[in-house]
Order: sequence, then C-alpha cells, then structure tokens
Amino acid sequence: MTGAEVPSIVAVVLVAVATLAIGTWGLRFSRTTSDFFVASRTVRPALNASAIGGEYLSAASFLGVAGLVMAFGADMLWYPVGWTAGYLLLLALVAAPLRRSGAYTLPDFAEARLGSARVRAVCSVLVVAIGWLYLFPQFQGAGLTLEAALGAPRWVGPVVVGLVVLVNVMSGGMRSITFVQAFQYWLKLTALLVPALAMVLVWVGDGAPNPTDVAGVGDPGPLWSLPLGSGGGQGLYLTYSLIVATFLGTMGLPHVVVRFYTNPDGRAARRTTLVVLALLGFFYLLPPVYGALGRVYAASGTADVLVLELPRLVVGGVGGDLLTALVTGGAFAAFLSTSSGLSIAVAGVISQDVIGRSEHSGVTSFRLGAVVAVVVPCVLAVAAPDVGVARAVGLAFAVAASTFCPLLVLGIWWRGLTPAGAIAGLLAGFVGSGTGVAYSLRSSEATSWLAVLLSQPAAWSVPLAFATMWSVSRATPSQVPRHTPRFLVRLHTPEDLRLERGLERHV
Amino acid sequence: MNEPVRVRVTGPPRHTTRRRARTREIDEETALGAVLISSLLRTQLRLAMMVLLPLLVVAAGLPLAFHLWPALAGIRLLGVPVPWLVLGVLVYPFLLLLGWQYVRRAERHEREFAELVEIADR
Repeated sequence: MTGAEVPSIVAVVLVAVATLAIGTWGLRFSRTTSDFFVASRTVRPALNASAIGGEYLSAASFLGVAGLVMAFGADMLWYPVGWTAGYLLLLALVAAPLRRSGAYTLPDFAEARLGSARVRAVCSVLVVAIGWLYLFPQFQGAGLTLEAALGAPRWVGPVVVGLVVLVNVMSGGMRSITFVQAFQYWLKLTALLVPALAMVLVWVGDGAPNPTDVAGVGDPGPLWSLPLGSGGGQGLYLTYSLIVATFLGTMGLPHVVVRFYTNPDGRAARRTTLVVLALLGFFYLLPPVYGALGRVYAASGTADVLVLELPRLVVGGVGGDLLTALVTGGAFAAFLSTSSGLSIAVAGVISQDVIGRSEHSGVTSFRLGAVVAVVVPCVLAVAAPDVGVARAVGLAFAVAASTFCPLLVLGIWWRGLTPAGAIAGLLAGFVGSGTGVAYSLRSSEATSWLAVLLSQPAAWSVPLAFATMWSVSRATPSQVPRHTPRFLVRLHTPEDLRLERGLERHV
Repeated sequence: MNEPVRVRVTGPPRHTTRRRARTREIDEETALGAVLISSLLRTQLRLAMMVLLPLLVVAAGLPLAFHLWPALAGIRLLGVPVPWLVLGVLVYPFLLLLGWQYVRRAERHEREFAELVEIADR
C-alpha cells in the first residue's frame, strides 16, 4: 500500500460512520413497529424523493454506466434513460393507487387486492428472489471498489457493506433509513459532480479533444455513437428488450415500492415521484461524461472501475488522490444505500411471511429477517465473485418487469383480475425471465437467436406474463373477488373524500 | 345621515342529510355509484395513456430510426453527435415535463371528481 490510498480509506470510513451516525440519530424517533416498517407514513415529498433517489442509485448507476458507455457507446445510454423513464410509468400507472391501497409491501398489496393467501405466498417468494438478485451485485461491486481503491482482498467489500447495512437496518428500520438515504443521494451527486467538473476543466485545458473522434477502447468512433446493440436485427431486439425491462421493471422492484408507503397520501406519492424524476435526470447527466472522458484519457483502463480510476488519470497528483477519495466514498454510499433499501424490503417479507408474528414481537422478527436478508447474498458474493455486476442488475429488472409489473397494472386498472389469473401470470413471467437469468449467469456470449432471446428475456416474457394473467382471469370469472369494486374505490379516490374504503390494515 | 343598519344575511338552510348523496351511491355500490367510479378510472387511465404515448413513440421510434438509417448517428450539433445529445441530455427534461403534466392533470381530475360527488343532489 502506498500513501495514495489514504484519502480513499478515510472517505470510506467517513461514509460508513456518517451512515451509522445518521441511522442512530433516526433511532431516537423509531418507537413502534410501524416506524420500523414505513416510518409511520409521515415523510414529506422532498425528503422522501431524496431518499428514493439515494436508495435507487446503485452500484450499476454509479460505477456501471460510465464503464459501459466508454466500452460500448451510446446504446448503453438506454440504461440510465430506462431507469429514469421507469419512474414516469410508475407515476402514471401505480404511484397514487399503490399508496392508497394501504398496504406495506408487494405481498400485502396482492393479498388485499385479491383476498388470497396463495397469491401472497407467490409474491413473497418473488420479492425475496428479486431482492437477492439485486443485492448480490451490490455486494460484488463493493468488493471490486475496495479492491481497486484500497488494494483490499475481494471479500472485504461484501463483508464491510453487509455489516454496516445490518447494523443500520436492525437499529433504526425505515425511519432512520429515510434520513440515511436522503443524505446519500446528495453525497453521491456531489461525489460524481465535483470530480466531473474538475476533469472537464482539465479536458478544456488540453484543447478539448472530441471523444467521438478518438480511437479509444471498444467500438470505433461512428459505431460508438450509435444507440443500438451491435449485430443488426439482434442488436435491435436487445435494445428493445432492455427498454422494456428497465421501463417496466422499476415499478416492480421491492425496495422502490416499499418507499411509497411512507408518503402521507396518494397526492404526496405523485409529487414525490415527480421530484424523483428531476433528481434522477440530474444525476444521470454525469455518468456519460465519465464514459466520454474515459475514451480520451483511459484508453487502456478497465471499464468496471473507470469512475474510480479516471480522476487520478486526468487530474493527477494530490488533487487526483483527493478526487479519487471522493468518488470512492460516493461508490461506497451507493452500495450502502441500495443494499439497505433492498435488505429492508426483503427483511420485511421474511419477517412477516416466513418467521411470522406469532412467536416473536414485530421488531424482533424484523431483525431476524434482516439477518437472513443480508447474510445470504453476502455469502453468495464472497463465494462467486466473477458474475458481471451490470448483468445481474439488468436481470433483476427483467424479472420484476415480468412479474410485479403485470400484477400492479392489471390489479390497479382492471376489475377482472382473479387470484388464479394472478398466480398463472406471475409464474409464467417468473419462469420465462428466470430461464433467461439462469442461462445468462452461466454463459456470457450470445450469437444465436435463441441465446439472444434468453440473454435479454423481457421483450417476450413481459407480454407473456400479461397475456397469461389476462386470459386465465377471463377463464375464471367466478373467482373475481367480491370486494373488488370497493377496493378500486379505495385505490382511485382522493383520501379526503369521505367514502367507504373497506378496512385498512394497521401494524 | 342615518347609521347603516347591520343586517345579518343568511342563505337557505343546508340539507345536511342530503349533502353526501353521491358518496352514498358509491358506498352502497349502486348503478350510479359504479358509473361514477368507472368514469374516474377511465379518465385517469386515458390521462396515463396520453402522457405515456409520447414516451412510447420515442422509445419505439428512436432505435428503429437508428436501425434503418445508421447515418443519423453521424449528424452533429456543435460537435456533439445527435444520439448523445438526445439520450444523454434532452430525454431527462422531456420525462420531467411529461411527469409534471401528468401530476397537474391527475390532481385536477380528482378535484373535479370530488366536486361532482360531494355536491348535493337537488
């Protein structure tokens, strides 16, 4: 180890300490089980939107996009575009009704809407599956980052992030997490913005060579600017499938959905989502800057850790070390915040549906659930360190788009949904996208059409899930729950109207 | 000049018992109540479709356009190729604008629905 790593070590320690400190500060407010799960539903839109942004901007956004853009070019811009556009779909189709449903988690929503314990069970399994599929690359990214920035062994990152998340989630639950997440959005933005500005200044001083005219790594110039996957028709399919997965997957991510319950009402849920659109749009202006500058300055650098290495390559000297420390701290914040949010969502489901509340108090079973939620993907990340980070995140989106998206959209807007239809559709979407996941985690190169279809399954698995859910529901009309009309009243009417909305569950 | 006489002006007595007539139609799941709720659902769903349509056109149209005419990617504005400008920058204010439109109109629809339902049936 040389002296150059000291600022980065300090940054990582500072982020971890600040996260724990804010978490403990939040603990003073956490008194009831409801505080632990949904912050007793009193979080204001601006704070809640920062928290959603902080939670959502993961390793893939902070580190992955820049490297992908440098190596593959403009077609990778569809990732951040899709991750933002997903919130527009969430806003227009899901946000307010989901808040008004009065449910805490996706399984809660499914059970309340369809009155079926079996649908709830299927949803619980799916939340855990998607949550772990998304947690796993966060822990892996942490390993990569600490290895690149500090020279630490690969297993250190997952263990450190896992421990901090666990302490934080177990001590404060959702309320303290809201403060932590909001802090981490602004930290991540600063950590990417300040080095970007410094590097752009250096770049202008160097005569501003145009990144698109540089030979660089990966695709040659003209192809680098083409926003399509390579390979003609296959490239077009891959691009469309990526668009479907990211646009529709956001609404089905368990850690995103759980944040909507912390809004005071449906109107606030909408306004929160709008602020989220602005915060994400601003943040996603930055990773392509790193990708483009990487093309000029880091021709031989590795794409995975481009964001961490670029400041040192461009600025150099002590300034470069300090900027590297800043992005390292930001990356560490990205792992912490996304993993915390996912762990809470998975822990909530495990504690409610697997452990149950009969044996333990609500808070105790939530803490038990948190241990299981964090330890499993953490062990996986230590055991299997070589699966691509961006791929696993993309697949989590594909699974979410193929399962929870149809359930939410049809459940909110269509009277005719039945428990049988929901289960059939969820299973069809899960098996379809899950086959793709299993296939692509085993092999990476896709040249035949079958391999292409499996490696990016959303474009066919999402329509398959919708069609199955719709047609099986149509075939079982006698199963339409009797409380459906009243439930739709609750989903779609403003809260201040005095209407009969059925019973609302309270924890 | 005489002092102006203070006069207490009051409206006709309110029929408080009849004020929530239409909310009761909804509560009791009558045919009228069902019509009121379906019309709200239809209005909001149509709004969602109207807001998402421009997004669909962009998301479906851009890849197809670049697939059919790859030379488009070579066009530059101020030295920046068009794909970077559109997908790296312009798309975000576009999404925000659509979202803002949606929130404004969805809230208006809810206000109108509340007025329609809370007004007395006279």
